[in-house]
Amino acid sequence: MMEPTREQMLWMYQTMVASRHFEDLIKPAYFEGKQPVFNMAKGPLPGEMHLSDGQEPCAVGVCAHLRPTDAVTATHRPHHIAIAKGVNLNDMASEIFGRANGLSGGRGGHMHLFDPRVNFCCSGIIAQGMGPAVGAAMAAKLRGRDDVAVAFIGEGAANQGAFHETLNLASVWKAPVVFVIEDNAYGISVSKRQATAVEGNAERAAAYAMPGHFVPDNDPDEVFRVAGEAIQRARSGGGPSLIEIETIRLEGHFMGDAEGYRPEGEKTSLQEKDPITRYRARLESTGAAAGDLDALEEDARSRVAAAFDHARQSASPKPDDAFTTVFA
Amino acid sequence: MQEKKRKLTIAKAMAEAISLEMRASDDVLVMGEDIGKLGGVFGNTLGLLDEFGPERVRDTPISETGFIGAAVGMAAAGMRPVVELMFVDFFGVCMDSIYNLAAKQSYFSGGNVTCPMVLMTSVGGGYGDAGQHSQTLYATFGHLPGLKVVIPSNAHDAKGMMAAAIADPNPVIFMYHKALQGMGWLGTVQRSITHVPEGRYTVPLDKAEVVRTGRDITLVGLGHTVHIALDAAAALEAKGIEAEVIDLRSIAPLDRETILASVGKTGALLSIDDDYHSYGVGAEIIATVAESEKVRLKSPLKRISYPDIPVPFAPEMEHAVLPNCDKVVSTVSAMLEARAHV
Ligand SMILES: Cc1ncc(C[n+]2csc(CCOP(=O)(O)OP(=O)(O)O)c2C)c(N)n1
Repeated sequence: MMEPTREQMLWMYQTMVASRHFEDLIKPAYFEGKQPVFNMAKGPLPGEMHLSDGQEPCAVGVCAHLRPTDAVTATHRPHHIAIAKGVNLNDMASEIFGRANGLSGGRGGHMHLFDPRVNFCCSGIIAQGMGPAVGAAMAAKLRGRDDVAVAFIGEGAANQGAFHETLNLASVWKAPVVFVIEDNAYGISVSKRQATAVEGNAERAAAYAMPGHFVPDNDPDEVFRVAGEAIQRARSGGGPSLIEIETIRLEGHFMGDAEGYRPEGEKTSLQEKDPITRYRARLESTGAAAGDLDALEEDARSRVAAAFDHARQSASPKPDDAFTTVFA
Repeated sequence: MQEKKRKLTIAKAMAEAISLEMRASDDVLVMGEDIGKLGGVFGNTLGLLDEFGPERVRDTPISETGFIGAAVGMAAAGMRPVVELMFVDFFGVCMDSIYNLAAKQSYFSGGNVTCPMVLMTSVGGGYGDAGQHSQTLYATFGHLPGLKVVIPSNAHDAKGMMAAAIADPNPVIFMYHKALQGMGWLGTVQRSITHVPEGRYTVPLDKAEVVRTGRDITLVGLGHTVHIALDAAAALEAKGIEAEVIDLRSIAPLDRETILASVGKTGALLSIDDDYHSYGVGAEIIATVAESEKVRLKSPLKRISYPDIPVPFAPEMEHAVLPNCDKVVSTVSAMLEARAHV
């Protein structure tokens, strides 16, 4: 088993804090101009907004093993993964604010973050990133490189046709790809139990002759161990793997979601399982000084805050910019 | 006796129509993502789960190819499924079930197998949801033989058209525009919230409606752009221009007669839609008039539509490229101005 080094543990902690702070700064900004009557079209951050609070362990435990040349495809809930993959914070914040200096000049917004410098992209169509991950993996393999690709999806996406097709394809081609399912128990309002025929999606790996792993309890170290093994296997020519991580969604499906579909008391019990609080306690109980962790947090928060300031101070695109980049 | 006025949103009118048809026939059922407990992301199945239970109001997995294919099978067996796929942008993942299966059931069976299903979906942008959640794709579906494609502009029509769609023996793509849906969080054009009679009634799926009469120019819209046209007509009235406004209601079939009759009278046409420009609704309407031997035109035929680019996220770009009232007013003014100088 591959154990995280102390340094890797601290990186995972700091990156989770950065991701959470990113979402924490989005919250008030999102509601600017949308009150008193919530109207999604208004304010500096119009449109849907899917936050990743609670799911940070999935991103850091996997991305801790990745290089900039490894590819990652993510979902409509992309911020934690983008940050862990090393997407530039300023450019990402600018994009989410629809600024001219954002990743795509404000054309894509929060569901369409593309950063080819670190091989990251995401999409608003469920399971759409899985095929491209297999393609990125095959491009590396055909060129004789040992880069890998990781496709992140939600557990709801495991019921899409694209999921089953790409798993089979990746297995037949022995693609150096790892499929990571973030199981937060819901696809919008529909529970996993209601929508998924098997108990856990890791079982589905057997149908495609690849290893399937289940990581319980949203634990960054356990994600690190399991992902490390799968990524190593892919890098060394062993082919694809499937990992399902039990995680939690601490916010609504999107901002403004009334969450009436959750059983009574669920929200409170989830808050008590906040993975960042738990990980900090683990770090402290294994010898990290509180002051050192505070300093790491402070550094993460100030980088994120600087990115938001940068975004807010940046210029908006011109109307005519809408017409450029349709074709290469 | 005058019936009491009850104003409903399009969302509520759709839910009411489905509920009445479900009461009238056990063959009618609803399925789709988040249509049960949540009542649909856009509210058009609210209350149905409580009334009819989970056998007839089925939350599906995110498996569109599976459940839309299944709906075609149910329809072939004589049931009347009403299926929701929340955004028209998502149809790509299951297009085969729609254009090669549902649309061709009747033809391939020589009319012996029918496909009485409704596929309802939201269309339209303007609220910053970017290019995979803001398209309308009217023409994409209008282009495919075997599908009926309809879109209401107000709650009265939404209820009657939903009832007609459920009764229709063919697959009907029932599009509803987010700007008219009556979900508070999207903002709503107030004019779309109308009086809706309580009982069952239908509004035909093949008839456009002249919603304002005028002698100077014909404005043709559908869904949201009907309201843009009506706003523009009110602004033009102040300038002494009388615009006639047609609500298409359906693009497949297209009520060409109503368009031709109106343009025959006004001699001028501006089509307004929010789908991609090329090969679009406006092109079909203009071609319809251009091909007519009877219509005498006083100005060149014009269209306002959405340009041939994906929908951008930033409002500075998105709002600039969407059709709006000012664009209609200035285009009409220029058209009539040019005519005056001929
Ligand atoms: C093809 C397609 N169908 C439906 C949707 C609408 N939709 C957006 S998010 C979502 C739920 C996704 O659930 P899951 O994959 O578990 O991810 P989570 O939102 O829980 O992170 C759905 C149904 C979509 N975006 N694309």
